[in-house]
Amino acid sequence: MSTGGLPWALWRAQILAILRLEMKKTFVNRLGVWIYFLALAPVLLYAFHTFVQLRTGRWGNLGEDTHIFASVFQFFFLRLAIFFGCVGIFMNLFRGEVLDKSMHYYFLVPLRREVLVIGKFLSGLLAAMLIFGTSTLLQFVAMYWSFGWNTVQEYLIHGQGAEHLAAYLGVTILACVGYGSVFLGAGLLFRNPLIPTLLILVWEAINGFLPGVLQKISVIFYLKSLCPVGIPEATALNRGSLLALIAVNPTPASPATAILGLLLLSLVLLVLSSVQVRRMQIDYGAD
Amino acid sequence: MNGQEAGQRIVFEDVSKFYGEVLGVNRVNLSIPAGITSLVGPNGSGKTTLMNLMTGLVRPTRGRITVLGISPDEPERLFQKVGYCTQFDSFPKGLTGYQFLYSYLRVSGRPHLAADRLAGQAIEQVNLVEAAHRRIAGYSKGMRQRIKLAQALCHQPSALVLDEPLNGLDPLIRAETIALFRTLAQEGLHVIISSHVLHEVDAVSDQVVLLSNGYVVAEGQIHGVREEIHEQPMQILIRCNKPGDLASQVFQQDCVVEARIHPDGQGLLVKTRDAGRFYLLLNRIAQGGINIESVAPADDDVLSVYEYLIGTEEPTK
Repeated sequence: MSTGGLPWALWRAQILAILRLEMKKTFVNRLGVWIYFLALAPVLLYAFHTFVQLRTGRWGNLGEDTHIFASVFQFFFLRLAIFFGCVGIFMNLFRGEVLDKSMHYYFLVPLRREVLVIGKFLSGLLAAMLIFGTSTLLQFVAMYWSFGWNTVQEYLIHGQGAEHLAAYLGVTILACVGYGSVFLGAGLLFRNPLIPTLLILVWEAINGFLPGVLQKISVIFYLKSLCPVGIPEATALNRGSLLALIAVNPTPASPATAILGLLLLSLVLLVLSSVQVRRMQIDYGAD
Repeated sequence: MNGQEAGQRIVFEDVSKFYGEVLGVNRVNLSIPAGITSLVGPNGSGKTTLMNLMTGLVRPTRGRITVLGISPDEPERLFQKVGYCTQFDSFPKGLTGYQFLYSYLRVSGRPHLAADRLAGQAIEQVNLVEAAHRRIAGYSKGMRQRIKLAQALCHQPSALVLDEPLNGLDPLIRAETIALFRTLAQEGLHVIISSHVLHEVDAVSDQVVLLSNGYVVAEGQIHGVREEIHEQPMQILIRCNKPGDLASQVFQQDCVVEARIHPDGQGLLVKTRDAGRFYLLLNRIAQGGINIESVAPADDDVLSVYEYLIGTEEPTK
């Protein structure tokens, strides 16, 4: 059934079919072990931290651990784990199929190339969200479970625990959306994944040093604005110091602006990717 | 050509394709009707480029293409009507033959039941029922070729574009596949076949497009193409009871260039520059007592035409 002349029902069916096919390929063939390792590294770190506490009997305090969690989340999980995880997942959505010379399979289907881009993006997003969202949840559990159920219950229900957890999960999902759209596009433009990865890594790292307008053309700018807990070591420092520039937004966006800004940035990147795929030719010999 | 006519043909208008500085095809003008059309030429002559152009897998550097009235820039419309069996021998990983077709149909937007039914039909058409639920990775070359053919067929298109479709098939399956092409062409489909093996397409083609180094050197029905090659005398084989007598009579005629008795002694091979005049002459001779059993052109097959036009670049026989 079409609405307003556009075959939405057909597109929805096609996207679901692409999702089914891609999810199978993603989890059976495409994902390297290193992506799971990146996602689970902080979980292992917190589990070890808790294990040491249990062995030594030296208990940390909730506030301190909340700050540790915030630091690891911002400096490692967002900037490295999700970043490189999305490189592995999204950059290969098209590039991987060009390399193994099976891209023509989709190009022979009566399918709008834009629908293909959305289907592939959603399949990557689902995989990334599943892996990194689960990791965020497990990190939370691993970090706080040593405090005992009563303390954790108090923190979750009467404190800000539930709010923080929801915010971290939301930021994780938005990070997957943002970096996913960036690396989907990069995979279409570059043959060598190393070049865009390094360029984008540097661009995201120097985000704090850039003029205000340029800061907004990055994913980390919006994610930093949405992180629920600041990093005291960074905020306490001189605003011009390196750590403060990396971790703190000099002009943070409001949550609504940050979410909309990130989604808009991703949408623009997906539109550009669609244009690129629409113009794409099958020439395996050149690759 | 009016719009309605163009809507029933595959049309190339002054199409060129360059890969950087390398020529793919140059200044191609074609209008391909329904039936079996063979693209013939040696490797690198531009056959696959023409097929990739008409299916939108590559874009022309210059010129315009329409397939049954649809631009190849609109895959969502084009592949409703076109099926393409490519030469690429790679498949999405982990799929069985059935899943390969079923997923293709599902991504096309077909509901489960229709996809299941059409996939099953296509698998039967290419005689791959027993291997349908085995992984493609374990298929032989011939089986991979057949499952690609099934993919091109499964959505019941109006035009089939088949790049070297008989490669890797054993003789029995090859004969069945050729019969399938004939049936589809009789049903009114456009069946475009590329081949560098001349005898393979000679017998099945309604029309041929001969390619060399990216240029179309001849196109049309093979007999018509042969008649256009005036500089090469036509060869005619006459089966008769007295080839020696016939030779003495025809040799005096100025339209006959050469007359040789066939090695089996049961016929005469004549080379003539004016087939029309020669046939009239033959009618008169037949009334004079020589029993003529059959008269047939001996060099209006694709191979002969190809040799006349392109000479040493003849494809594999």
